[in-house]
Amino acid sequence: MTTAASSATGLVNGFFEWFGNLGIFSWQVFRAAVTPPFEWRELIRQLDEVGSKSFPLVVMAGSAIGVIISLEARYSLSRFGAKSMFPATLVYSVIQVMGPIITGLVVSGRVGAGIGAELASMKVTEQIDAIEASAINPYRLLAATRILACILMLPLLTLATDACALLTGWFAQTLVEPLSFHQFIQDGFKGSTFSAFMPQTFKTAVYGLIIGLIACFQGMRTRGGAEGVGRAATNSVVLASLFLILADVVLVKFILVVFP
Amino acid sequence: MATAYDIAMKHGDTEKDGGAPVVAVENLHKSFEGLKVLNGISLSVSRGETLAVLGRSGTGKSVLLRLIIGLEKPDSGSIRIHGRNIVGLALDRVGEIRKKMGFLFQHAALYDSLTVAENVAFPLEHHRRDISRSERGDRVKRLLAEVGMEGDFGKMPSDISGGMQKRVGLARALALEPEILLLDEPTAGLDPISSAEIDDLILKLQRERQMASIVVTHDLHSARIIANRLALLDQGNVVIEGAFEDLQQSDIVLVKEFLKLS
Repeated sequence: MTTAASSATGLVNGFFEWFGNLGIFSWQVFRAAVTPPFEWRELIRQLDEVGSKSFPLVVMAGSAIGVIISLEARYSLSRFGAKSMFPATLVYSVIQVMGPIITGLVVSGRVGAGIGAELASMKVTEQIDAIEASAINPYRLLAATRILACILMLPLLTLATDACALLTGWFAQTLVEPLSFHQFIQDGFKGSTFSAFMPQTFKTAVYGLIIGLIACFQGMRTRGGAEGVGRAATNSVVLASLFLILADVVLVKFILVVFP
Repeated sequence: MATAYDIAMKHGDTEKDGGAPVVAVENLHKSFEGLKVLNGISLSVSRGETLAVLGRSGTGKSVLLRLIIGLEKPDSGSIRIHGRNIVGLALDRVGEIRKKMGFLFQHAALYDSLTVAENVAFPLEHHRRDISRSERGDRVKRLLAEVGMEGDFGKMPSDISGGMQKRVGLARALALEPEILLLDEPTAGLDPISSAEIDDLILKLQRERQMASIVVTHDLHSARIIANRLALLDQGNVVIEGAFEDLQQSDIVLVKEFLKLS
């Protein structure tokens, strides 16, 4: 009983300690990010690392999602005699729901694990200490650049996912029942406003913040050799994906309230 | 017992301009999770002088270097660089002081995604933006030539031996022309020939650059060659310090044992 109580206390303490350390880390990164000198070259390198190198993955994921939604939507809509709603259903499903979350999860898997493992490896081999010993702020050079790259690239990658999903969704539909792309787009976006889609796309900047922040935090606090590196990579992906989905709950409600 | 700091002050063994020692550590305490690592240690080193810090594993030698460069914070005590206490200074202020220090890590800690030349250029790119790229390149070439690595510019750290990595680490530590050089186990894990080469290199650099150096090592032979003074640590404090001859004449059991087994 006492053991169970003490392990529960330890768990709760660990939980709050983790959040406390994350808060301190976030503050240090923020302070480093807004004070010169700015690490433009590293930022550009990270934009390439996060953006260009995730592009093929989100294109493939988006293409697959487009076909899946198309097949599912056509079947369901046919049952209710609402086949004419197909373009709008596909557009809304992709842009409002699936595109952002699929992009977030794909990038979380690739970039989160990559950043977590890279920084953890640098930490255990004293490379981060060497950066600090060279009078260079590692929060600015390593963390701020990676987090900013994630924030900037996630919305752009989401647009790529959406575009691919719409294209393959239309293509899958047109193989069964020919429909011009022009007509598909016109029907899909009929009556829609800019504000109906943009918040859903740009909310992924918050996903980027979550992925970058958690991966950098997990990587830079690593201890314990190769095992620690593996743990940091796994924790980065698991925690970033989990927080991303939890954040989506809040973001969806927020968008519905602010952009009714 | 009189500390190196006291001795240095008493005998006027300080900077040539008559100022305070370049590095002076006083009554430094540090513990990790309740375990005392440094227990009121005091040491100092002056310009042109090399102090070797010896001791068994776990006596806090490397922690001492990490405290001096600000990678760890002491529990209490002071660390004076050119007379200025750096304990409690803000990160950017510590950064300014770090530019005057070069640090060679035990395993070199080279950036594994950068080439040998890029590793050496790294501090210059961040702190010497006033010099042109070609001038920076020339300086990197000079530094690598100085440590005998002139033919390995484009190699990756994983493609060179441990001894070569330490040479590159040393070149990187010298890039900003430091006044203080901190060396953590410079010959650990090296064969006797590579160790002797590193010792010669450190001696040559000391002669040419007149830095204040602190070398942490297990290697008594190496310490005898490169250091003017030696300090033996045990249980977080200095057991004895002085020239090698002072250690030889000591009656302290630990010192005798250390000399006998080294």
